[in-house]
Order: sequence, then C-alpha cells, then structure tokens
Amino acid sequence: MINRRSIEVAVGLFIAAGLAALFMLAMKVSNISAFTEGNGYQLSARFENIGGLKVRSPVTMGGVRIGRVAAIEFDQNAYQAVVTLRINPQYDRIPKDSSASIYTSGLLGEQYVGLEPGADDTYMRDQDSISLTQSALVMERLISKFLFNQTVKENGGS
Amino acid sequence: MDWLQSLGRTGLILFERLGRGHLFLLRVFGGMSDTLLRPSLLIAQMYSIGVLSFTIIAISGLNVGMVLGLQMYNTLVDFGAEDSLGQVVALSLVRELGPVVAALLFAGRAGSALTAEIGLMKATEQLSGMEMMAVDPIKRVVAPRFLAGMLSMPLLAAIFSAVGILGGFFVGVGLLGVDSGAFWSQMQANVDLREDIVNGVIKSFVFGFVATWIAVYEGYDTVPTTEGVSRSTTRTVVHSAFAILALDFVLTALMFGGI
Repeated sequence: MINRRSIEVAVGLFIAAGLAALFMLAMKVSNISAFTEGNGYQLSARFENIGGLKVRSPVTMGGVRIGRVAAIEFDQNAYQAVVTLRINPQYDRIPKDSSASIYTSGLLGEQYVGLEPGADDTYMRDQDSISLTQSALVMERLISKFLFNQTVKENGGS
Repeated sequence: MDWLQSLGRTGLILFERLGRGHLFLLRVFGGMSDTLLRPSLLIAQMYSIGVLSFTIIAISGLNVGMVLGLQMYNTLVDFGAEDSLGQVVALSLVRELGPVVAALLFAGRAGSALTAEIGLMKATEQLSGMEMMAVDPIKRVVAPRFLAGMLSMPLLAAIFSAVGILGGFFVGVGLLGVDSGAFWSQMQANVDLREDIVNGVIKSFVFGFVATWIAVYEGYDTVPTTEGVSRSTTRTVVHSAFAILALDFVLTALMFGGI
C-alpha cells in the first residue's frame, strides 16, 4: 500500500495537470479575447451581396482584426443585406467616411469585412452605419461576365 | 401472447431499473455533503479513478492527435490548406474526440473497476457489514467514488485534448513541415473559448457524471454472486458507451448544430 502522503501528492499533481491542460486550451488554443468582445461598439453596413460572409467572420482594418460580424439580416424593403459589425472598444477612431468591402482571404479562404479608412475628422460611434460599401465578388458572376465579353468580342470581330 | 408477455416483462424490468437508478442517484446526492466533510476519502478515490487513468488517457490522446495530424495533413495538402491543420486538429479534439474518447476510455478503465469493486464488496457482504455497524455504505463507499469520477472526467478530457494538440503539433510542424506560426495562429483565430472549449468541458462533465453513475449503480445493484459481478462489469462498459455516444449526439445538436 502506498502511503497517504504520496497518494495526496499524486492527486495534487493530477489536478494540477488537468488545470494546466484547461489553462493551455484556454490561453494557447482559443482566442481569449472573446470575453472582451462583448462590450465593443456596433456599426452597420448594407451590402448588395454578402457572398459567403458568416456571423463571427473577422472585421479587419489594414489586415488587423479589429472586430467580428455580430449579425446578418436581410432588409426586405431595400433588398439588401444588413451586416452588424462589432468593433473592439480600443479601436474608436474609425473615420466617418470609411468604406467597407467583403474580401476573401486566399482563393478558397473564408470571407471577411475589410474597412478602408477615409479622411474625415469625425469618427464612427455606436450604431453608426457605413454608407460606402462594396459587395462580395461572386465567382460565378465574374466568370459569366468574362465569358459574355469573350463572345461579344468574337462576334464583333467576325 | 407469450411474445407480448415477454415484451411487457422486459419493459417493466427496464423501467424498474431506471427508477431504482434515479432513486439511488438521489440517495448519493444526499450523501455527498458528508463526503465533502471528509476529503481524505475523496482523495483516495481521486487517486484510483483519476491518477491511475492518467497514463492511458495521455498516451491515447497523444496517439489520436498524431493520427489526426497525419490524416488531416494528407487531405488538406491537396487543397493547399495545410496551414489550417492546427484549426482542424484543435476543433475536432476539443469539441468531439477529447470528451468522447476520454469518456469511453474512462468507462473502460475506471468505470469497470468501480463496478467490480463495489459489486465484490456487496458479494462479500462488506456493504451489509457496514450497515450493521450503522455506517451508511452510500455515504462511505458510493458518494466519494461518484464525486471523484465526476471531478476527474473533465480534467482527464482536458488532458486528452491538450496532449492530442501537442501530438498534432509534433506531427504537423515537426515531421510534415507545416509552419509553426500558421499552426497556432489559425488555431487561435478559429477556436472560441466559450463556444468550443467551455462546451467541450460541459460535455466531458456530463459524460463523467453518466459514466460514473452507471458504474456505481451497477456495482451497488449487482446480483451478489461471481457471475453477477462479472455481468454488471460488462454492462457498465456497454451501457456507458451507449449513453456517452447517444448523449454526445444530443449535446452536439444542442451546442453546435442548428437543429
């Protein structure tokens, strides 16, 4: 029989290892910033087409993630997608005339909202909306446009 | 007629066992407070349930992570997406494989031992001996084991996932040449603390609860013969596996699936 002290030490080590594993999962594996995102401020933007954008997709400025997509809704009156962006509170100096576009990271990567800073002296505040937007590039549309142009050219040439 | 009768009898036995299992659970909860007052009993059980399961959990986690890294790499490299290896390995371990495989191993390693131990205590009349001395066997024997199993399981699942991710890292970055920065950054960008990790911990907690409950109940309710104990031990492993896999589907649908 192992004595009591070594049993207690072993259990202590086990609990410490378990907690260390949980700590590693929380700190090293996940984005711990998820907790601070709850208290950011919200902007909205209207797009003709959002492509494959999803809730929780990143919002970036200059390539740096400054927030996430909080909600996506469809406005039945304007036939536009209304995307709500939640921006982290420390990024509070986004000019009023900034523009939002939907980009794809890589050829097959996920889609994200990229903000381009404008030149205005006033800054976006909570519940403001971004008026300059550019929709997602839909691959099928590009291809069909390209093919259409090709045929027109060929027909015009002959 | 005979067919109907046997069906009815099976149903009645099933419901009787379920009912007794729940009453038993209530009694165990009643005895839980006494366990908290005597932590030495709990620590002894944490040792035999948690610490002794550590080796099999850690080794299995390492192997599962390594295999996952290897297989996923072969698929992802076709799409030129091998940078997201870290994300794939971490998500599948934290959400599914960690809690489920650790719980199945836990049921096989610790659950069967619990059933056999309590069942043999009953078969050798140690439990009735305790009752004769006015010691409640539920408080003295069952409750500490139950609590220890419930507390050990989330820790074991977390160890499984963490070691598995390290195994995937070793294979992906060390052997197959995935960029180390991309491995971790893709993982961190796509694994969410609340959505993925906390849900995984909740899963493993539920599995630990159910697996330990089945194990101690089968032991306590066993037919006190050699054959009865062996049957109960088998039933513990089989029923735990069923319960864990079925609950996993329900929990996954509630947590991640938009059903």
